[in-house]
Amino acid sequence: MAENKAGVLVIGGGISGITTALEAAETGLRVVLIEKSPTLGGRVAGLYQYFPKLCPPTCGLEVNYQRLRRNPNIQIFTNTEVTSVSGEAGAYKATLRTSPTFVNARCVMCDACTQVCPADAPSAFDYGMANTKAIHLPHRMAYPPRYVVEREFCPPECAKCVDACTYDAIDLAMKSREFEVETTSLVFATGWKPYDPTRLTQLGYNEHADVISNVMMERLAAPDGPTGGEIRRPSNGEPVQTVVFVQCAGSRDTEHLPYCSSICCLASLKQAHYVREANPDSKVYIFYIDIRTPGKFEGFYSRTKEDPNIVFVKGKVAKVDSGEDGKVRVEAEDILAGGKVRVDADLVVLATGMEPNLKTEGLAGQIVHLDEDGFAAEHLQQPGIFATGVARSPVDVNSSIQDATGSALKAMQSSLKAMQTAGGNG
Amino acid sequence: MANNTGVYICTGCDIGKAVDAEALRGVANDEYKVPVCKTHPFLCSEEGVNLLKQDISSQGLDRLVLGACSPRYHKDTFDFGENVLIARAPLREYVSWTLPHGEEDTQMAAADYIRMYTANIKGQSIPKPFEQNTDKSLLVIGGGVTGMTSALEAARAGYKVKLVEKEAELGGYARKLHRQIPVHSGQDGPQPVSLENRIAEVVGHANITVHKSATIASISGQPGEFAITLNTNGGARELKAGAIVMATGGKPYDASKLTHLGIECDNVISSVEFEEMAAAGPITRKDGQPAKSVAFIQCAGSRDKNHLPYCSSFCCTVSLKQASYVRDADPESKVYIVYKDMITPGQYENFYRRQQSDPGIFLTKGDVAGVRETPEKIVVLEVDNTLLGEQVAFELDLVVLAVGLEPSTKDDPVLNLQYRQGPALPDQKYGFPDSHFICFPYETQRTGIYTAGAVHQPMDINFSQRDAVGAAMKAIQAVELTDKGQTVHPRVGDRTKPFFRLDQCTQCKRCTEECPFGVLDEDERGTPKLNEARCRGCGVCMGACPVRIISFKDYSVDIVGEMIKSVEIPDEWDEKPRILIFACENDSVPVFDMMAMDRLKYSPYVRIIPLRCLGGTNLVWVSDALAAGFDGVMFMGCKFGDDYQCHFVKGSELANVRLGKVQETIGRLQLESERIQQFEVSMNDYKKMPQMIEEFVEMIDQFGPNPFKGM
Repeated sequence: MAENKAGVLVIGGGISGITTALEAAETGLRVVLIEKSPTLGGRVAGLYQYFPKLCPPTCGLEVNYQRLRRNPNIQIFTNTEVTSVSGEAGAYKATLRTSPTFVNARCVMCDACTQVCPADAPSAFDYGMANTKAIHLPHRMAYPPRYVVEREFCPPECAKCVDACTYDAIDLAMKSREFEVETTSLVFATGWKPYDPTRLTQLGYNEHADVISNVMMERLAAPDGPTGGEIRRPSNGEPVQTVVFVQCAGSRDTEHLPYCSSICCLASLKQAHYVREANPDSKVYIFYIDIRTPGKFEGFYSRTKEDPNIVFVKGKVAKVDSGEDGKVRVEAEDILAGGKVRVDADLVVLATGMEPNLKTEGLAGQIVHLDEDGFAAEHLQQPGIFATGVARSPVDVNSSIQDATGSALKAMQSSLKAMQTAGGNG
Repeated sequence: MANNTGVYICTGCDIGKAVDAEALRGVANDEYKVPVCKTHPFLCSEEGVNLLKQDISSQGLDRLVLGACSPRYHKDTFDFGENVLIARAPLREYVSWTLPHGEEDTQMAAADYIRMYTANIKGQSIPKPFEQNTDKSLLVIGGGVTGMTSALEAARAGYKVKLVEKEAELGGYARKLHRQIPVHSGQDGPQPVSLENRIAEVVGHANITVHKSATIASISGQPGEFAITLNTNGGARELKAGAIVMATGGKPYDASKLTHLGIECDNVISSVEFEEMAAAGPITRKDGQPAKSVAFIQCAGSRDKNHLPYCSSFCCTVSLKQASYVRDADPESKVYIVYKDMITPGQYENFYRRQQSDPGIFLTKGDVAGVRETPEKIVVLEVDNTLLGEQVAFELDLVVLAVGLEPSTKDDPVLNLQYRQGPALPDQKYGFPDSHFICFPYETQRTGIYTAGAVHQPMDINFSQRDAVGAAMKAIQAVELTDKGQTVHPRVGDRTKPFFRLDQCTQCKRCTEECPFGVLDEDERGTPKLNEARCRGCGVCMGACPVRIISFKDYSVDIVGEMIKSVEIPDEWDEKPRILIFACENDSVPVFDMMAMDRLKYSPYVRIIPLRCLGGTNLVWVSDALAAGFDGVMFMGCKFGDDYQCHFVKGSELANVRLGKVQETIGRLQLESERIQQFEVSMNDYKKMPQMIEEFVEMIDQFGPNPFKGM
């Protein structure tokens, strides 16, 4: 027996999934929203600022959370994944599995548990640049606002957190649970992961601590990041003076991601502002093939170009190596001026692209059909199955939200159709 | 209706350690004569909630003051239905997690918050949703691909649609296309335009009524009851609709302005003309000879401060498509594309790569140095700063200028709204009636009216169709929420609407001018006329009103005034200043919660009052605060200016203008004007905030007490 009946099951609680869920629920559809990690927020929760307004993503997330809190039409299950889907358009049945977080809804975020927790765990949210305790709050905008235990880091037999918790909120024996949802449609809003920089062997990520990816740069700039918002060299904690951005790191490259991720140019422009604002004496180099700032983003590009200390060099980076005084040397061909350029940098940021999560997830092929780049293109799907945001195509936040809003309408159509069919049968 | 209040103090989350909770109970009991006052060790637990439920039913409580955590948490936990009002005094965030435990100042702060919220809830009454006879049909303006998509998608969800097209046929700009750019990455090269099927589906759909050769003469009313007059061949025609999608597209940039690119030459044409030529037949020069060498000049009048400063985002892909027309017609032909940056984002890169692999298509970055024609009408195109590192001249049969677009609203309001604030949607950057908000791409400043496609943002045919679905969704949502008497984004679920005591209105028109959403119309005398369904509940009108006749059931000048007056002000010789902080609940209030999460300490002398938006600030609160004996007032709201973050567009900016005036007045009273200040706060500022507060308190300390204290 299915425990829940929904008009739409939204898979993925990042900005796209939250949007589809809210837009549908605010129009009256019953929504089940699931997220595989312990909190909603997805990738945007880890960003310091959005381009081009340089405003905090948490601002919009906050509005969306408020909308979620007051909407009775949405059921949210975090730490939950789809294990299988059966049925057909109008009557899908999804089996979901919620893994234990070992902390229940009685958690008040009092933090007594982390005070006594003896175990460190590398922070996935900070891309391993910092540790948390084994029990911790996933991040400041965690939703639900609740701690989690990463059990694999707990010392054997340790239950110090349990003893410290005066609210009876920690249950180290918590089990995973499976349940079913009947739904007329599914929207995959499963988002993306950063392209794995360890595969970019020419670009020094594996050799140099001061070569990082653009998602790591977001964390370095964020006030709740590993450095408290100060952009420092990971190798020695020194402030940065010269920063190089390597565009299309693994993108527009048939050896890696053949497509353009469409956000990396704008992300680097934005991050160039982080560097320049934090240190007026800093210098930024951006090595690019094309600067892609379509539409109204052009204004952000032209504004950025006005800063003489942000230097744009058209040319693909050939090599990243050790330079003078412990710096990282970036070598590229300057296509416009001719000749080779070498820059010794304190920090090198690889502008890595987005790889759709569906590409590496088991559900693809069974339920969702992917194109050659791993995106769930619309024309490939069977009725009642939709993909939205970056699961569907490599787009930025604004376009993802447009798409996710539209997906709510697709779900409503499925729901209407199912009702009409049921009515016809009855 | 009963008016029974219960005050509950949670002693969890260190509140019990920080303060004497029994004494707080006493404050509500003795000072406010609240009949039911209790403490509980864990109010948000099942046990705590059960206690509240029992008391509501056994004691007939309909108003609860919860001295516990911030209202940003447990909103659903403490939801006891529409008939039980809740006020949340954030003792955890404002007291136990941010002030030293067991100190007199801490106790005083907690007691004040109990007073403030008890006063607050006394002033509230239960909101009643407004009622109307909602028409749930949609008006879609524009019968191009975008508008047809919006219409079809809404129709498929069961909604009636009235589709209005100014031309005699549906199809819009797509009618002129020879081929279209690939729709998905699996398609190899340009694709046929499948317009006729779509038109047939639109025309044949039972839920869609098409009005061709029709324009909008006027629109009045509000969401749920828009009244539309069309201009048609057969005269005026009246329609009703509940919400509107505006999909009127863009118009190509006027190529005749591109004299620097040789547009006056016989064989230099715009990309629009080129497309029409390809659709009509062979690609030729003006003299009818086949065009065997063709150059495309990208960003023709785009990304150019003398023309269109923005990128139209489709021109690169369109030129790659048009290159195929030339190459497919003649394998010997040569195509040159001169660009600044090839902007083919996302999977269009795959199409770009396909075209790059064609040896007959030569692409170079470069700046056009000159375009001229020889007497034989061969076009000479000179390009600087090319990838070859030198100036290059090409001799060509034909040059195509890849022109961008401008929104169709540039010189025409299109909607012809009969609104006090004007006939058009307010423009955002570059004249597009777009949303200003990254997170909320469909927000316009006219409730229930959404833009889609190229009028919304510069976008291509594929993204326009995606956009069309989203806009249709927002329009449907607007009619559904309006039907329930609820406001739309961002305060969805809010059923309160402003009430105007019009007998005291002085017709000053400030409210009708300052409303960010054009909610208020005016009668002949200038009295505001409320269109409830347009209202978003920000309270800007309430803040604007000099005679304070505008209020909401749960939010008013009086309610906030009572909160201010409820604070116990120590005598001036106690050296305990009091600072009032008005905080925007969208961004500044969460910042206070984040400070609490990090246990960042700040002055115990501040008292915080959340506002729906700083734009709701009524200046009488400043006099209330000074008269009550506060020594300074901080206003914390969102960033304003070009990249404003105010969720209600102009709220923080309006507050700033109003405060500027009050600062002058204060100066005349020989009081330091710095006692009243506004601060821009963003969600990332939680680490800076304690210092911001500390510095303000120090400044007040140097000024000394407010001389009006105790008067």
